[in-house]
This record gives sequence, C-alpha cells and structure tokens, in this order.
Amino acid sequence: MLDVAVAYNRFKFLGEEFLTWLWFVIEKDPVILKKVDPDLTSLEIGNRIVLEKRHKKSVERITIKGENAGLEEAMLALQKGALVAELNLIYRSAEQKWQFTIKGESLNLSSLKTPKAAVPESPEDMEGVVLEKIFLYDKILQFLDKLYKTFIKYRVSTRWQKRDLSLIKNWCRSDS
Amino acid sequence: MSLLSASVSITRYKVEGQLETPILKTVAAGLNKNVISEIDDRSLEKAVGWTSFEKPYQPDFTGSAFVYGNYLLFSLRIDRKTVAPKVVRKHVVIESDRRLAKSGRPYLSRNEKERIRDHVMDRLNAAVPATPNVYDIIWNYEDAVLWFFSNLKAANEELETLFLRSFDLTLIRLIPYTAAHYASALTDTEKDILLGLTQTHFTG
Repeated sequence: MLDVAVAYNRFKFLGEEFLTWLWFVIEKDPVILKKVDPDLTSLEIGNRIVLEKRHKKSVERITIKGENAGLEEAMLALQKGALVAELNLIYRSAEQKWQFTIKGESLNLSSLKTPKAAVPESPEDMEGVVLEKIFLYDKILQFLDKLYKTFIKYRVSTRWQKRDLSLIKNWCRSDS
Repeated sequence: MSLLSASVSITRYKVEGQLETPILKTVAAGLNKNVISEIDDRSLEKAVGWTSFEKPYQPDFTGSAFVYGNYLLFSLRIDRKTVAPKVVRKHVVIESDRRLAKSGRPYLSRNEKERIRDHVMDRLNAAVPATPNVYDIIWNYEDAVLWFFSNLKAANEELETLFLRSFDLTLIRLIPYTAAHYASALTDTEKDILLGLTQTHFTG
C-alpha cells in the first residue's frame, strides 16, 4: 500500500480517466449505467466540465460552464490529449434529482444538492430528518462507488486495451 | 458545513482499525477528551476540537447524543482569531517606541523585537473573539466509512490529526488510488496491475 500523499500525485490521472470514461459511457454506452444502478432514470452532464492537459511544467485548463453550454470545445480539448478533471452531473431516479460536481484527482464531491428532505419542526424530528438526508447522500455515493468499481475492474483487465480504449478513441475521432 | 445545508461538499474516508468495546463508550471518551475549548478570553490564536451536531456552541456528548440510527454524528469545530496586519503593526510600533523611550537606547535587539511582537499578539488575541467554523461528520462504524462535510485541505488535515489523537484510528482519504485499492474488491494480481498503471492516451 502506497503512502497516500505519494499515491495522490502518482494516480491522479486515474480519477481523470474515470471521468473521461464516464463522459464516453453517458454518450455512447449508457447500458453500463443501468447495469450499475437499476433505479437510475438518467445521468446527464450538468453545468460544468473542466479538462486539463498536463505538460512537463505546466497545465493547460479548459472550463466550460453554463446551463446549456455545448460540449464541442470540450471534445476538441479531449482530441488534443486533455482529460476530464471535473464534471458536474445530474442523476435522476424516479422523480428525484441529485446534482453535484466530482473532481478527478481527489474524487471529492462539491455543490452536492439532493432531493429536498423534510424540515425539522421540533427537536424530536431531528433524528428522522438527519437519517433521511443520510439516505439521500448514501444513494448517490453508492452509485458513484459502483461506477468507479466497474471502471477500475475494466481498467486493470485486458478488456481496457482490447475494447474500451479503441471505442473511446473512435468516439473522440467521430465527434471531430 | 452542515449536512442539512442545501448544497454540501463531501470528502470520504475509510477508517482503519477497531475500537475497544463497548464502542459507544469509547467514542464518547474520545470526543470528550478533545472537545472544543473556548478561547475568547485567552491569548490563543486557534482551537480545534469536537462538538455536537445539534449544539455546536454548547457541546454535549452525554448518553448517546451523537448516535443517529446506525450512524455516529458529530462535528469538528475550528475556532480562529484574525487580527489585521495593520493593527498588529500599529501596536508593535507603539510598544517599541515606548520601550525605546524608557531604556534611552537608540535601537532594540532582534530578540526584544520578537518579544514585543509576541506580547502584542497575546494582548490582541485575548481581546478578539474567535470565529468558529463547524464541519459535520458522519461515521458509519460498521462499514468503517466516514464522510466529512468539507473539501478544504486545512480542515481535512485537522480532522485526520484529531481523529487519530482521539480514537487511535487512522483515516484514509478515498482518492483514486485508495478507492481502487480498498473499495473495488480487486484480487492480489489486479492490485499489482493497478500499481503499475500509467496514463492512457485517448488520442492517436
């Protein structure tokens, strides 16, 4: 087991590959999402995507944000060798919606908004409200865990080189 | 940041190690050992400690106040005092001039200047109220998983240090490598492959 500080820098690319793969899966292979979470209604790219291309001494960063922003520039950056560094996602299940940003290098979540939970009206209500909110966080975190597990299993298998890599490369080329 | 806020940030950890039984008694002892202390009338610049989720300014861990269903819920509080640099400079200059006038000497030694600065900081800190920042924590003891409601590097580092000191358990941040190593049910062979991975190039 590597030291965490060493592992953070050495393997930050893995989180960025995960987000790049996830963008591809959303666009071209959504069956995987349904297999990971049968409750899923949809998973969409939200209002922010950040791509980074690392050079020896510098990092080139492209940020695309806005509710209806097109992803053409993001695709162009991908074709030039950038990876997805941050991704805002909208997850829907039944009538409910979660929205959040996930960062590739740390897998940290920010701006996470869950469906509305009840508001406590008395101190006795607090435990129930807290447990409902925990359930809502757990739902999205479990989904991301399963998705990341699926990616890692593919990434360390021969499937990555034989199947996924060529499909992602074709997707990049076909969208040019 | 409160877990009940409309928008939250979460950093996830794996908790390594086991607590002594009875678990709840051990957790309460760890929380009480490092409960936040008030520093408003003291010269301390910073205080870090545990506090209650529901009463962050009057911490109370008696009974099972931190137990919610299968989860342990409490908060990290970091109190910090900030004095504007120009205010510090003003008081250092006044104090230095006063000492020079008293001693009749034309200058102060480096040690004297440092002592004056420390003295001024102590005096100003004792007069300034601390600003509290509260970050909620959800600990699922059975699954050895902890959620910390902040992505701030400094707050995460304070959490990791205080958690080890309080419970003698290590928090391992779930970053791309550790999430793959611990949470992806990889075989030993797959873990070896993981260690040797290098970046994929999706172009070319």
